Amino acid sequence: MLRLLSFALFLAIWWIAALFVGGAKLPSPPAVLQVMIAEASSGALFLHLGATLARVALAFVLAMSLGSAMGYLMGRVKLADRLGDPWLILLLNLPALVVIVLAYIWAGLSEAAAIAAIAINKLPTAIVTLREGTRALDRSLDEMASVFAMPRWRAFRHVVLPQLAPYIAASARSGLSLVWKIVLVAELLGRPNGVGFEIGVAFQLFDTPRLLAYSLTFAAVVLVIETLLVQPFEARANRWRPRAA
Amino acid sequence: MRLEVEISGKTFRSAAGGTHEVLAPVKFALRSGEVGVLIGPSGCGKSTMLRIILGLDHDFAGRIARPPEARIGMVFQEPRLLPWRSVEQNVRLAAPDIADARLAELFKILELEAHRDHYPGELSLGLARRVALARAFAVEPDILVLDEPLASLDDALAGRLRDEIATLVASRPVMTLLVTHSLDDAVRLGDRLFFLSPRPARIVAEVPIGLPRDTRGEAEIAAIKTSLAQRIQGDRTERDVS
Repeated sequence: MLRLLSFALFLAIWWIAALFVGGAKLPSPPAVLQVMIAEASSGALFLHLGATLARVALAFVLAMSLGSAMGYLMGRVKLADRLGDPWLILLLNLPALVVIVLAYIWAGLSEAAAIAAIAINKLPTAIVTLREGTRALDRSLDEMASVFAMPRWRAFRHVVLPQLAPYIAASARSGLSLVWKIVLVAELLGRPNGVGFEIGVAFQLFDTPRLLAYSLTFAAVVLVIETLLVQPFEARANRWRPRAA
Repeated sequence: MRLEVEISGKTFRSAAGGTHEVLAPVKFALRSGEVGVLIGPSGCGKSTMLRIILGLDHDFAGRIARPPEARIGMVFQEPRLLPWRSVEQNVRLAAPDIADARLAELFKILELEAHRDHYPGELSLGLARRVALARAFAVEPDILVLDEPLASLDDALAGRLRDEIATLVASRPVMTLLVTHSLDDAVRLGDRLFFLSPRPARIVAEVPIGLPRDTRGEAEIAAIKTSLAQRIQGDRTERDVS
């Protein structure tokens, strides 16, 4: 209810601002909605949105699985940590734009290059978060599993994974927001479709209603995924904790 | 089946760079059906010794001989339950093959029936200790290790849990190693008592108790305790003189 109210407030402010600034710079909500409907009925909106979502999903899964595995390894094995740390610092501080441009130059303006570039941007933060999580693992529970001769997989699943779950959730959440941002840049620079491409076109034509129509639809999709996927996962991972007052 | 412990020494390197001797040479053996008790002052190295016997610490001089297929049941000083798994899941994860009837029986003995679906965070320390006991017994261990399982519990509860341990130990052939600093627990549960010196720990006296556990009444227990107390006192004066 409160969420709806705050959304209504946002719309009201937008509308009033649109009246003051004028339709060319800031179109009113109905004008944007009109463009949205037109784009949706032609199918273009879904095509571009679908292309972007597919890229996000692929890059996200790639970065999360690789990053989690590498972070776990670096948290457990000192040698891996020592070897990997300089690379990690380099990757963490490399601007996203550099990665994307280099990927397109080296691998061509291809889908693989775009997805790899997005994944590489997300990879180091996933590694860092999971490494911290692994370092914080409770040694005494590891000992318990070892004394009771729990098979490796069972110990990993029931002893280690639940301890890592909050870190995985945190990494997924921050990672998703990072990927949302970077995917548009990658599309703007080198893909012939996707929300980023459309925003690029709208920018060249100074077509603000179109720009807003695409970015707001995109934002709505992000919001839905957050509430329907990320938040329930976090809640599930923390189910056993005594509820905060 | 036999557990042989023959540690010739264990040193520990501190962060400051010095080396500390934690264990002096220690040698003892335990047979199936026997309850051995390690008694010693706090910080004497009992827990280190247990970690070595359990195979958690390999950095020591000496050898531990235990049957390689021996199942170990352990009650740690802190219950060490998985907070994200229910009481029943905690037990089943350690003992996946346990029959439902046996699990029900264990929960009944330890009065945990009402708590099967609770998470460890919702339990008192006494209850969590009982879950840890249930888990250790559920694996049908060949070697049972109890590290101060009754510490920081009130006397009534400690007494009941002690009786439960005695019942469970009697119900199957198992080598039990109990670590405690309570002479009372030691005399009530033990078949052989090993008195340890302060750090670095060595065995100052090995005392067998001839009387079977179930025939020890209050009078016998009191008598054994008195004679033990005198003996420890004697050892101390002797050591002080020498």
